[in-house]
Amino acid sequence: MSDTHAETAFIRTEMLGPQLPPVTERGVVKWLRENLFAGWTNTALTLVALFVVFWLVQLALPWWLNGVWNATSLGECRTIAGPEGGACWAVIKARWHQYIFGFYPQDMYWRPIVAFGLMFVALAPVLYYGLRSGARLVGVVAVLTVVSLAALDHDIGHVVLAAVVMAGLFALAWVAPKRLVYVTLLYPFLAFWLLWGGSIWKPVATLAGFGVMVLVYRLIQPRLGVVMGTATGFITACLYWLFVQGSVTAALAGVPPELVPVNSDQFGGFLLAFVIGVTAISCSLPIGILLALGRRSDMLLIKTLSVGFIEFIRGVPLITMLFTASLLLQYFLPPRTNFDLILRVVILVTLFAAAYIAEVIRGGLAALPRGQYEAADALGLDYWQAQRLIIMPQALKISIPGIVSTFIGLFKDTTLVSFVGLLDPLRGVTQIVRADINWKGIYWEPYIFVGVIFFLICFGMSRYSMYLEQKLKTDHR
Amino acid sequence: MKKSVFLGVVAATAMTAGFASAATLDDVKARGELLCGSNTGLTGFGAPDANGNWVGFDVSLCRAVAAAVLGDPAKVKFVPTTGETRFTALASGEVDLLVRNSTWTFSRDTDLKFDFVAVNYYDGQGFMVKKDLGVSSAKELDGATVCIQTGTTTELNLADFFKFNNIKYTPVTVQDDSEAQRQYLAGACDAYTTDASGLAASRATMADPENHIILPEIISKEPLGPVVRHGDNNWGDIVRWTYYALLIAEEKGITKANIEEVASSTTDPEVRRLLGLEGDAGVMMGLDNNWAKNAIAANGNYGEIFEANIGTSTPIGLARGLNALWTQGGLQYAPPLR
Repeated sequence: MSDTHAETAFIRTEMLGPQLPPVTERGVVKWLRENLFAGWTNTALTLVALFVVFWLVQLALPWWLNGVWNATSLGECRTIAGPEGGACWAVIKARWHQYIFGFYPQDMYWRPIVAFGLMFVALAPVLYYGLRSGARLVGVVAVLTVVSLAALDHDIGHVVLAAVVMAGLFALAWVAPKRLVYVTLLYPFLAFWLLWGGSIWKPVATLAGFGVMVLVYRLIQPRLGVVMGTATGFITACLYWLFVQGSVTAALAGVPPELVPVNSDQFGGFLLAFVIGVTAISCSLPIGILLALGRRSDMLLIKTLSVGFIEFIRGVPLITMLFTASLLLQYFLPPRTNFDLILRVVILVTLFAAAYIAEVIRGGLAALPRGQYEAADALGLDYWQAQRLIIMPQALKISIPGIVSTFIGLFKDTTLVSFVGLLDPLRGVTQIVRADINWKGIYWEPYIFVGVIFFLICFGMSRYSMYLEQKLKTDHR
Repeated sequence: MKKSVFLGVVAATAMTAGFASAATLDDVKARGELLCGSNTGLTGFGAPDANGNWVGFDVSLCRAVAAAVLGDPAKVKFVPTTGETRFTALASGEVDLLVRNSTWTFSRDTDLKFDFVAVNYYDGQGFMVKKDLGVSSAKELDGATVCIQTGTTTELNLADFFKFNNIKYTPVTVQDDSEAQRQYLAGACDAYTTDASGLAASRATMADPENHIILPEIISKEPLGPVVRHGDNNWGDIVRWTYYALLIAEEKGITKANIEEVASSTTDPEVRRLLGLEGDAGVMMGLDNNWAKNAIAANGNYGEIFEANIGTSTPIGLARGLNALWTQGGLQYAPPLR
């Protein structure tokens, strides 16, 4: 027996520990081999790309590193930067406020800042309905608003007031996030009052028109149905706005609270881009939905009107619409009417975006299987119930990427208003800055500054749309 | 060209339909504010500064008119207009007056139904080249590449000039002045052409102005001036004579600083009429009799405005040249005020 023992080879009694893969099959080396140096072609392309990157950096880096921040003119920048040359960021330092606010009076900067902060509060329930993320967004915005107010406004009263209001809104967002939707509904009127100033009773009287609309709808709808209710309510509200509101506003003129009025021609820069962009974005979505439904409708008149509107607006370049807004409309209006140019531009940009949104949403509607419509019918839902509960939620979800890219395009297109003499941040303000003899000849710096801000905003929108797609994903692919 | 004809037709229709009001003066007084069509930003001529206050050579004329009509040079709203929107803005009544270095041409005067009431700056198209190109006259630019802004009268002038002199050129079209300057400095073109005042401003702001020269040839006439609508002659008279008041003030040595002193001591009958001490010059136009005094007190006389905004003491450094008074060999000449 002992022989066999002696002849038996060594038997391992425990498992070998796991070994690392070979050097070429792990870590950085593996990644490099697979992604950059897999084969001859790949290696060659990598080398060429590296060379191009190196070349560009070597060209541009000194310009970036030599940037001058403190100077009073381009000439001074050149002297400081020396023969190598460098970016002259001093122009941004001297004129940044015009890029952000245009000619908005400097002692009233708190108004657009607060309006901008409140915009995110109003957006929170739209973006994150009933979620804690909404409260977090409100919290961050509240802090940023108060900090920028403290930095830019010398009136401590404004800072304290804004801090109290923002803290209150944050508490509301934390405790009852769904209630925040009321802020959203009030926001357009509040923002109008903050930005343009004047008596608060003007927006309040306008708001009352919506009250009239809802009241009439509530009265009519149980008897005559949704369509008649909406139509009657809308017409009553229009009559109110046309004939009653003026006297209401006039009667309440001079009653406080009142803000110093600021004229539209003092708006410019990103303030203008946001006023046009945000209004057009928020109005074009509902109009676009209605147009998309109208285009798929069986009713001949509605269908023809929708198709006509969409095809006409989509067939005309935006610049033409802007020229119409700024030049032709004035001829058709009664003499001496002063119809605000910004308002004209906002209306036409909204209509323009609505036509595109309508087609994007129609794409979403077309992608829904017929079974969904039939299921809605089988459940006995009427048209509007079916749209609201079954069709639209799915169609909108499908259309999110298209809608958001339309919005991004729209926001960037706001810079086209420089062609009608408005001060958009990219060209309008830059042109004015360059007209100053101190900064004449400056070229890249304003474009880079404005471009970076546009990128941040548009990138933010794009990331949000990806988040939303992820959140609403219900399929099991 | 088609577009301007179209806009002209629209303008004409609007005029005959009586849309644009005839009594601009009444409108301005009722509004308490002058609407002045201005540039979207042109160095020295009109642009807002860092605090949003409009300053410049053209802007000062608007302020003088506001002072003459309303007694306050601050009661003016500047409406920025682009090259495309300026004439329609005027025709449709969006502005009362256009002072936006617009060239007085036949078709604008007749076809578009405007009145150029004066010429506040005599400009002309010139060329800038790099010194090392070794060119001393525009006629030596045979075969050159020339940077030129699209859609302007300068483009047509350039074609005329080269065709007339039977030499060849390659145009490099650019969108605006900053683009042109950039292309020219980067060597994309041998010469840059635009109005001589614009060339001077561009050259003044270059890193190496000594390496660039402005050629002596001026190839076109560009009389720039304030524009009003046809059909309201009284308003046209007010703008014209406000401008002439500034010229007469320079001729008579009345400045912003000494105007009160002159008013109390002068015996010159024309000065007395100008400052409203004698006669009813203002009332004849529907204004106060101290209209001209207000206009001069706003920014000084023509010479002062010129020096403060574009003259030799500024970085732009334009000489008076054609814009000197007629007594000093220039073209600026005001008819007698009587």
